[in-house]
Order: sequence, then C-alpha cells, then structure tokens
Amino acid sequence: MAAPPLPPPDPQFVLRGAQSAVHALHFCEGAQGQGRPLLLSGSLRGLVHIWSLQTRRVVATLDGHGGQCVTWLQTLPQGPQLLSQGRDLKLCVWDLAEGRNAVVDSVLLESVGFCRGSVLAGGLQRWMLAVPGRGSDEVQILEMPSKTSVCSLKPEAQARPGMPMCLQLWQADSSPRPLLLAGYEDGSVALWDVSSRKVCSRVACHTEPVMGLDFDSQEARGVSGSAEKTLAVWSLDEQQALQVRGTHVLTNPGIADVKIRPDRRILAAAGWDHRVRVFHWRTMKPLAVLAFHSATVHCVAFAADGLLATGSGDQRISVWSLYPCT
Amino acid sequence: MDPEVSAVRLTVWEAVHILSSSEDGGRIFCTLGSLKRYLGETENSALPEEQEEFARIHFSTFLRCLVGKLSPDWLELLPDGQMEELWASFFLEGPADQAFLVLMESIEGAASPSFRLMKMARLLARFLSVGRMAAVMEGQCRQQAGPAFPLLQETLLTKVVGLPDLLGNRLQQENLATFFPQNYFPLLGEEVLRVLQVVVDSLRGGLDCSVSFLSQVLGKACIHGRQKEVLGVLVPRLTVLTQGSCLWQRVCWCLVERVPDWAMEAVLKGFVEAAPGPEVLSRLLGNLVTKSKKAQFVMTRKLLFLQYSCTMPMLQSLLGYLAMDSQRRSLLMQALKELLETWGSSSAIRHVPLVQQCYVSKAILICLAHLGEAELRDSQDELLASLMEGVKSRLDSSLPPVRRLGMIVAEVASARIHPEGPPLKFQYEEDELTREMLALAMPQPTADGPSEAGPSFAPVSGETPDRETVDRSGPQVGPEGSDSELDSDDEFVPYDMSVDREQRSSKAPSYVRGCLEALTGSEDWERWEAALRALEGLIFRSPAATQEVSVELAKVLLHLEEKTAVAGFEGLRQRTLVAVTVTDPARVAEYLTAQFYALNYSLRQRMDILDVLTLAAQELSRPGRLGKAPQRGSPDPGSQPGGAVVPAWRAVVEERVRRKTRRFSKGSVGRAPAVGPNEFNSVAGYFFFPLLQHFDRPLVTFDLLGGDQLVLGRLAHTLGALMYLAVNTTVAVPMGKALLEFVWALRFHGDAYVRRGLLSAVSAVLLSVPAERLLADLLDELLEARSWLGDVAEKDPDEDCRLLAVKALLLLEKLRDKLLPLSSP
Repeated sequence: MAAPPLPPPDPQFVLRGAQSAVHALHFCEGAQGQGRPLLLSGSLRGLVHIWSLQTRRVVATLDGHGGQCVTWLQTLPQGPQLLSQGRDLKLCVWDLAEGRNAVVDSVLLESVGFCRGSVLAGGLQRWMLAVPGRGSDEVQILEMPSKTSVCSLKPEAQARPGMPMCLQLWQADSSPRPLLLAGYEDGSVALWDVSSRKVCSRVACHTEPVMGLDFDSQEARGVSGSAEKTLAVWSLDEQQALQVRGTHVLTNPGIADVKIRPDRRILAAAGWDHRVRVFHWRTMKPLAVLAFHSATVHCVAFAADGLLATGSGDQRISVWSLYPCT
Repeated sequence: MDPEVSAVRLTVWEAVHILSSSEDGGRIFCTLGSLKRYLGETENSALPEEQEEFARIHFSTFLRCLVGKLSPDWLELLPDGQMEELWASFFLEGPADQAFLVLMESIEGAASPSFRLMKMARLLARFLSVGRMAAVMEGQCRQQAGPAFPLLQETLLTKVVGLPDLLGNRLQQENLATFFPQNYFPLLGEEVLRVLQVVVDSLRGGLDCSVSFLSQVLGKACIHGRQKEVLGVLVPRLTVLTQGSCLWQRVCWCLVERVPDWAMEAVLKGFVEAAPGPEVLSRLLGNLVTKSKKAQFVMTRKLLFLQYSCTMPMLQSLLGYLAMDSQRRSLLMQALKELLETWGSSSAIRHVPLVQQCYVSKAILICLAHLGEAELRDSQDELLASLMEGVKSRLDSSLPPVRRLGMIVAEVASARIHPEGPPLKFQYEEDELTREMLALAMPQPTADGPSEAGPSFAPVSGETPDRETVDRSGPQVGPEGSDSELDSDDEFVPYDMSVDREQRSSKAPSYVRGCLEALTGSEDWERWEAALRALEGLIFRSPAATQEVSVELAKVLLHLEEKTAVAGFEGLRQRTLVAVTVTDPARVAEYLTAQFYALNYSLRQRMDILDVLTLAAQELSRPGRLGKAPQRGSPDPGSQPGGAVVPAWRAVVEERVRRKTRRFSKGSVGRAPAVGPNEFNSVAGYFFFPLLQHFDRPLVTFDLLGGDQLVLGRLAHTLGALMYLAVNTTVAVPMGKALLEFVWALRFHGDAYVRRGLLSAVSAVLLSVPAERLLADLLDELLEARSWLGDVAEKDPDEDCRLLAVKALLLLEKLRDKLLPLSSP
C-alpha cells in the first residue's frame, strides 16, 4: 500500500503514417502464418492500412471507400477475409489471401449514421451480419455471403429509442439462438432475440447516446460508454433481462469505444479527452490512464496476446503492452 | 594501659627493625605473622584495644616500611610467593583507608618505570577487585562527622576520584585496564551502591550513619565529567531499590541533598540524563528543588534558560519531575511564565541562536502539556500577554524557522491557555520538527504523577475498547473485500493516474496580443487560464510581437490576481514575467524597478518584482543563450546606452576582462563551454541602479528601513545576485561601488535576514569585480568592509551570518594572495 504508484506507462511503440484520423482498428491474427499478428486501421480519408507489427511498417493500403471515413474493420475466422465499413454507405468484403487485396463483394448500406456493424460467424461458410437498416431506428440482419436480408429489427413504435449507435451479435453457449445487443441514441441498451425479432429486455444506461459497448458472454456482463461522463456496467440474468450493475464516473465526458480484452481481465475505454482508460474488468477498478494522444481517441482494439492498440484523431496509432495475459 | 601500649609499640618497633636489617626469610615471616594478629580475624588475635592502637597509630608507619622493603630479592626470601602473599595481606586486610592512602602515596612516590611501581599498581588493582574501596568509603560513613577528619576526608576524596588520572600519569603505557576511567568509575558506582546498602542495613539496625562522604565522591566524580559512568551504574539500581522501600528513598534523597553546591549542577544533570522518566527522577530526588537553592537554580533556570544541551527525553524528565508534586508545581508554573517571557522577548529572538529558541519552545510545549487547565487559568492574563507579544514579534521575523516556531507554539499555547477563545490556526508546512513539537504538546499518560494516575488513566482505558472495536471491524471488512477479489487478478497494480485531470475546453489564444486581451478583459475564466498558460511559450516564439507590448504585458502580469484556483498560478505568472523581461530587458526592467518603489503595491508584488529581476538577469547572463534562440540576435532598440554602439570594442573589453577574471567553474573543462557575449552586460544598469535609489525614503505604505525588513532583506539578496550575474561586464565596477556603499549604510541592521543579504552581496562584489579594479577603485570600501566582516564573523548571533562573513573573508584573503605577487616586484 505504501509503495508509490507505478509511473504512468508509455506506449510500446507508435505507428505513424495513417495521414488522417484513425477511426477503426482491428488485429488480424497472423493469417499469413506470420509470428505476429497484423494490425488493420481505417482512416478518415477512406484508406485501410495493414501494419506489420514485426516491422512496424505499412504492409498494404486498401482504398475502397472513395475517400469516405472507414468506421469498422473485421476479419472473418474462415480464411483471410476482411470486412470494412465506410461512410460511403458500402460494406466491402476483401480477400487478403496470398497478398491479394481486392474487393470480392460489397453490401450497400442504407444508413448514413456512424453505427458500426457486427458479425456472428459460427458456421463454416455462412455467417450473420448486423448493420444499421433503412429506417432510422432499424437494424438489418443479413445472411452472408449470400447477402440475403434475414430480417429487420424495428423497435416498437412507442419506445422511440432513436438510432442504433452500436451493435453486437452473439450467441449463448447453451442455445443456438443468435442475440443482438444494440445501444441506442437515447442511451438505452436493448437485447434482441434475432430469431423472434423481439426485444427481450431494454435498460436505460445513459442519458446520452451509447457510443460503444462490449459484452462478456461467459459472465453475461457488458459495459457501455456514452457521450456522458460515465461507463455503465450491466448484466443479463437467466430470464434474459438486462440490469444495470453500476456506473463508473470518469473525469471527462465522452467515450468513443469500449473493448474487453479477449482474456476478460481488463477493459479499455477510448475517451474524447485524448486518453484511454484501463479498468480491471471484474471489479471496475481503474488501473491506468494512457495519456499519449493529442486528439480524440476514436477506437481501441485488443489482440489475442493482450496487445492494446489505440487510434486517434492525431493520426497516430499507439500500441501498448499492459498487464500481460496469462 | 601504658604498659600494653608500649607493648604494641615495642612489637612494631622490633618488627620494623627486623624487617630493615634481616635477610633471613624465616625470621621475617615469623615477625610478620606475629604482627598479623593485630589485624584480627585469626584465632589468637590480640585484644581489641591493642588492635585499635595498632590500626590508629602504627599501621601506616608499618605499611610504609613494608613498601620500602619491596624488592625482587626480598620477595624471594621465601619460596612460592609466600612472602608476597603475606606482604599483600597487610594491605588487603588492614584498615582500608590507611592502606589505600599508603598505596596511593607509594605509587606517587615510586620511580617511574620500576618493579615497585608495577607491584604496587597490581596490588592496588587487587585492592579494588576485592571490594576494599567500599570499605574505604564505608569507614568514612561510619565515622561520626566531627571536626577532626576534614583533611583526611579531603585527601581521601581527591585520591578516590583522582585515581585513574594518577595511575594513568604514573604508569603511562603500562596502565592496567582496571584503572581506565571507563572501567574504574562504573566500579566506583558499584562500590557506592554497596556502601549505601550497608548504610541502609545499619540504619535498619538503629545505627546512625552519614552519607555525606558518598555525596562528595559522587559530586567530585560528576564534576570530573564522569556522570555517565557512575550514574549509569547507580541510577538503574537505585531505581529498582527505591521502588518499594521508603528507607532507600530517604537514603537516596539524603545522598543527593548532601552533594556540595559546587557539584550540584553536574550531579543533577547526570541524574536527569540517566533517569528513564519523571517518576524515577521524582523518586530519586524527592523534593530536592524546594530544599536546596542551588538545586532549584539548576533545575528551573540553568537547564532551561542558560543551557540548551538537554535532549528531549531529559527535558521531559526534568519538567515532568517538576510537575509531579504539588510543592514543585508552583515552580513549574513559574518556569513556564519565564519561558514564555523569554520566548516572547523580541531582543531574544534577534540575539539568541535558533537552536536555543527551538529548545525554549519545546520546553514551553512540555510545560503546557503538564499543567492543568485550572492552573493555567489562574495566570491566564499574564501568560497570554507574553505569548501574544512573542507571537507578534516572531511573525514579524524574516526567518522562516522563527516564524514557524511562533506559529506552532502560538497554536498549541493559545488552545491551552485560552481554550474558550477562537482557536488560532496557521498555515505551515509539516516537517520533522513540527511533528516532533506537536507530539510534545500531547499530554503523556505515563508522565502523570501517581496522585493523578486515576483520572489520567481513566480516559485511556475508556479509549481502548473503542480502538479495539475499530480494530475488530477493520479485519471484518478485510476478508469481505478480499473475498470478492479472491480468485485472481489482484496482481494488477494500478499505474499512477494523476495525469487524469479535467480537460479544458476553451482554446488558448494564439498571439501575444490575444493573451493580453484575454488576461485583461475576459470574463471567461477558462480562456483566462488558458491564456496564462500559453503566454510564456508565445513570448518566446514571437519576441518581436512581445517587444511591442512588453511594458503593458509586464503591467498586466504584475497586477494579475489569482481569480480562479489555478494550479501553480504563482509559478506560471513568475515564469511569464521573466520571459517578458528577458525578451525586452531594458524597458521592462526600467518599468519593474520603478514600480518597486511606487505606491500601492503589496509586499508580495514587490518581492515578485525582485524575484523576476533576478531570474531574468540569470537567464540573460547564461552563456550560450543565443545559441538556443538565434532569432533573439536582432538588435535591441537603441534605448540602451551601450547597446546599439559598435560591438567591436565591447568584444575586446570583454575578452580582456575575461582574461583577467578568475573563473570559478572548473567543471566544464571537458566540453567546450558555450560562448557568446553576456547579454546582461548592456542592461545590468537598468536592473541594478534604480533599485538602490530610494531604499532610504519611506513611503506611506512601504518603509524599507522600518517594518518592511523582509523586503529589505530580499532586496539585499537580489542586489547581491544581480552583482554576481554581472560578472565580466563593464558595469561591474560602478555596481560594486554602489553596492558596497549600500552595505555600509545598513551594516548594523538588526534583522538577521537582512544581514545575510548584505554579506552575500559583499561576496558577490568580491567575485564579480576584477581584482585590479577592486584594489584601484574600491580600496577604502574594502578595508571598511573587511573590519566589519571580521566583527560579524566573531560576534553575530546568527549562525548563517557568521558563516557568510567567514566565506567573504576567505574570498578577501584569496584576493590578497592573488594580488601580492603582482604588487611585490
């Protein structure tokens, strides 16, 4: 107790060269058999950069969004396929295998919002994609790669939750029914049962739009951040009902993104105040404040080995190694 | 009686004759054996009268004769050391005082390195080891004090206490370990204790005894500075012995009372030092202070006011002792009054060393902890009067430690003396000293006398259950907390999160003028703060723009008030002001120095001006500054006298000055020192001379020679610093001259802080003005300063002043050493 706190950590390294604000980050697990994973970043100017964490240089640059901001990047477990969502109302599917970088497919989106999509890739060839839908408060579920629209999740008329702001598809181990967590503009988080197109539960976590959420399906607990000064932790009970477990007050308002590390031990929240805050996931004890960036931090991502990458409006991506995974 | 008397005399005479003439071992042995019966303790011992006569009249004569015979041959007259054994037995078994005196006498008289000396020394060691010293002292205690023995007692006393010195002198390298003072005096302590035991026993048996010889031995040993050795043995044992026995206590009190006045101080100091606490001290000394004037003087005045060497436990024992008995409490009250008076006297504050002031303050706090509320109320007015006077004069002092002492004592004392009034509360930094002093002010439960044990123990025992419950509830919380965190992840140690502060939203101005507007007109405090934070950087980035508004900026900054709680406001403001001054030195310095003597400034602002001038001068004179900021090389506006003219001659002069000036930095030999003209050169005058102009002209709100001595001290330090920074400049000589005049005018100032400033200014003159010029232009001033420095170095009450004066004198010496070889050929 008496020991002075550790000095604030420094980034392990910093990636420069995105040349515009970084809005999306995603670790791609060594698809090409390399030792270290690749890091994908999407920029405001519509470029997707692929960084080698070995050489810390850009390996490839993908230009598929016509200069519009890339908001979401995701790779699929089967094969080196990359999804990139841009504000040009397109979601591109890239084939990255064997050094290729070509758009193999694309989905036209109908929402101009900032909402990022979500995938659920349980099966081998078929996977499910959730994206904001045509109506301002709708979420569209597609079956890929056939691009068939499965359904559109529209809240009841009197609920008026506003636009969906963030989505997360998941599936409980016990049941095959896919579920969707969606954060809405009014600050509420809703759990959808995709098959029955019904809202199972909805809870008001924030008074401002939910900007990011992440869910720990093993402990049935999730966290969300919004434009206000708090992080909310909520949980799901056996009756599929959401309950707010607690809120954690931050120093400055505005959380752009929240991610739980794959080993479910720590949590990182990207702040509009240029800082990334790291918490202990189970106790929500604050662990570190990463003050490196000089502009809003837009996104955070964890690699499977515990590496943390943060992308910011100052055009830099910083990579941190905190509390090694066990 | 006559025939018997003569019989003893005859025997002794015969024995002496035989001893001196015979070489026959058997015969001598027989003779000595026959004399032995006068010592008693054998089966056919002589009549008591005969024994007494032998002891009184013949014993020492006989012993001297024995000593005279001592030689290697004589001892070998009988085999197996029988002769030596018999010879020694007379010394060890005969009357101890006489044997001791003869031993000492013969050791004194023996030729320096000799067989006899060594033999006698060994015998004396044996004499000590078998406890005969106790017998010597016991003999003196048993004798009814009469007029017949003072001379003998005096001699014995000298010999007993002076034994280690005497033996050390006689034996030199051969000295035995027993006679080392560190061994002998503890032994003496043991022996004194044994005699005391005998005295107590015989008092129990109804026999009268006197301990005054013991008191004298004790006193003399303490005077010799052996308190630690003697009392270190004596006090712990007496502590135990007096615990349950009134008789022992009485004997102990008697022992201390009988100590002669000339030794009282040494003995009492030893007791106070050796006693583990006030209870023990009270048990050992009794009401000594009320009986002996000398003891009272030592305890209530000498150890409190005239000395300050006691450690805190000693002081606590001493004052606790005074507090323990109702008869002594009045003395404690008296002591407190006098202590407060001394503490409050403004002349004492100026003339007494800080250590002693600290000592007196601590003594006051201890006194207060011991005195009860009722007692304090009785003399509330008197105490408060001297306290308040002291607080006032202490807070006026310009030395922070003195002020701090004033604050602590005022807080504690006012709360105790005047509990119903509003509590005084000062802001001071906590450090070792304050914590120690505040701890002293807490009444100590063990320090209370037995009479007050009841009430004082009650609250303590009342408190303990609370504490226990707290303790119990603590661990209860612990397991709960750790239960939930039990499984893992506790090794995640948080990093320092102090950087996580609220973000400022408003944008800082990007131009100097924008900052100026924000600082003057803005009601938007975030913008105001952002402007303040951005200003220093902007000034360095755009010197030209700053020069346009430099004086306005300085004015705004000087008058800036901390309107919102800005962290580090003072530092920010100061740095920014320094930046402005550095950017446009001549005009801003002119403005600032003029404001220093203007009306309507607070002392804080005036001292800020001085600080800023010093820091700016330091920055300007830093070599290599230009290299860092090359854009600053633009020519200064021609407002300065020497600035705009051809720099060629200046370079020449500076080169010359540099060649002939001693360099004090030796560290930078390895790397090339940054070179460049001293920018301070051209503007030093603007910084320096205006500050000297008006110091003796009081304003309505500002009187440097009166109450505002703190600023005067700061001014003296600043002038010294400016002088020092003006090294290698052309203006250094007139500056030095003016500064020495300033120093001369103020040399007898009463405030130590001012004097320190003056002394450092003198040193700065000696360092900065070239030696030749010092000798040529400032000779008279130097001579005057020198005599003053000598005076200060010897007599000043402030330690730092003395030190600074010595340093200045050393500089003068060096200067002379340097000049002498020049002037001699």
